[in-house]
Amino acid sequence: MLGKKKATGLDGSFVQCLGCKKTLFRREFEENLFVCQMCGHHHRLSWRQRAEITFDEGSFSEADAGLRSVDTLEFPEYREKLESAIAKTGINDSVVSGRATLDGVPVSTAIADFSFMGGSMGSVAGEKITRTLERAATDRIPAIVFCASGGARMQEGLLSLMQMAKTTAAVAKCREAGAPYIAVFTDPTMAGVLASYASVADVILAEPKSLVGFAGARVAAQAQVMKVPDDFQKAEFALRSGMIDKVVERRAMRSTLSSLVRVLIGGSR
Amino acid sequence: MAKSWKEWEKPLLEIDEALEKAREIAKKCSPTEQVAAEERIAYFEQRRDNIIRVMYSRLGPWEKVLVARAETRPYALDYITTLFTDFVELGGDRRFGDDHAIVGGTAMFQGKPVIVVGQQKGRNIQDRQYRNFAMAKPEGYRKAIRLFEMADRFRLPIVSFVDTPAADPGVESESRGISEAIAASILKMFELNVPSVAVIIGEGGSGGAIGIAAANKVLMLEHSVYSVIPPEGCAAILWRQPAEGAKAAAALQLTAQSALDRGLIDEVLPEPFGGAHRDWETVTKTVGNAIEASLHTLDSLSPADLREQRYAKFRAMGRVAEAAPSA
Ligand SMILES: [Zn+2]
Repeated sequence: MLGKKKATGLDGSFVQCLGCKKTLFRREFEENLFVCQMCGHHHRLSWRQRAEITFDEGSFSEADAGLRSVDTLEFPEYREKLESAIAKTGINDSVVSGRATLDGVPVSTAIADFSFMGGSMGSVAGEKITRTLERAATDRIPAIVFCASGGARMQEGLLSLMQMAKTTAAVAKCREAGAPYIAVFTDPTMAGVLASYASVADVILAEPKSLVGFAGARVAAQAQVMKVPDDFQKAEFALRSGMIDKVVERRAMRSTLSSLVRVLIGGSR
Repeated sequence: MAKSWKEWEKPLLEIDEALEKAREIAKKCSPTEQVAAEERIAYFEQRRDNIIRVMYSRLGPWEKVLVARAETRPYALDYITTLFTDFVELGGDRRFGDDHAIVGGTAMFQGKPVIVVGQQKGRNIQDRQYRNFAMAKPEGYRKAIRLFEMADRFRLPIVSFVDTPAADPGVESESRGISEAIAASILKMFELNVPSVAVIIGEGGSGGAIGIAAANKVLMLEHSVYSVIPPEGCAAILWRQPAEGAKAAAALQLTAQSALDRGLIDEVLPEPFGGAHRDWETVTKTVGNAIEASLHTLDSLSPADLREQRYAKFRAMGRVAEAAPSA
């Protein structure tokens, strides 16, 4: 994701931080999980990078890989956008779902990839999130969902809005079955995703400074004359407002998830 | 392209004015002029009906958006006060405050106790501000959740009226968790052990609407709209100009018929000649009958069946292609 922002003439050994713009050694940067050593900026990850740094090595196996979006509304330019996103990212839609283990504990997981049409939720993303939660409920194992989305996918119209209901209904299934569900908000977690399955997880973690909000910041500011806080719609603002449990730095995310998962399944074993 | 309902209905407004004048003349004129005056009235009436017929027989998606927003359309409380008896409005989320964009309470529907909830618009400037243009804040959805829980506790069916441009997007709403409030309300609706019927009576505006619309039966008035994003917002994103709202409305296919064709709602309720705003009595009767029929079909379902019916219905929503796994 960061490739295009490489410092010029430096044969790929260096990258430029999107936060502080400083030049960093690529190797050090990658070893630091794509977090800038200078300013702490957490760069966005692809789903694969996320899976690699989170789960036991080689434990992730994808499910639902055959799901593809359908342009049922024949919405302007949707087909083209889908095709170019597939070509660019190598995945079929904005969410990759499957199973993995975390310190040996089997989990059902879904990882959103912002580089696919802004992580937007259409029928496919909604279906994958729903199946992820259903697998957790059926097997009574934890669900871990990494969110990264601008919101519902406008190009599928009302079908996208209904994914909010569908995915949230699946959360009810998890609760009924006693399967713990943890959501991790990464940059950004917005609108239709935030206002559905993301916000009703048993535990919500967020990466530092991730954008977390209902409406675009401009819309929110226009709607009121109230002063907008500096960290408005950032993870830290959501934390202060009581909307999430914890802001967790990337290097501590895996161990935090592991601790949570082991405690939350403890009661049912 | 008309930008508002008033602008779009201008031809009708003009003929209504002419008709009003003709009626006044008829009242004052001498007996000898009476016949001519009445003929004139009949002529205008016929002309008006012809215009209505032409305009309303081919409402496009954008015209539906305008009609759904009509300021003279019946609002939630208009249905509630006509179709229900013993309505006691209840208020407050017991957390922060009372939201006036969502109303609700206990009531009798055809002699049976129910909980009713609805998004309420205002009809004049003060009222509109008081109702925050039917854009609910977190406390509105939390009030709804409170009422849903009460319905569950006392085994009361739920009827909700959906009519909102969107949930309130302001800084206050954000800091009190508007997203969580909407999500929690949707979740609560799926956990209910009692029957629920949602009626989209005007604007079904994205997350704000689905927050109280995850029901066993979802009914939608013929000229109401239901959309993932306001057409103006969609146009601003797609073509960088909100004025292309009509084009966006067509692309989004936000009509009741389109929602029905895709299995996203259960029923389209026909509106009277010239739209709900021309004949409150008829549309109210239609809505009442449809709620009654819906509640009747849900009557025989057990709590578990109700939850399952709701889950299965929304679970099936979406269009995907699925290839066999390659490995
Ligand atoms: Zn930096």
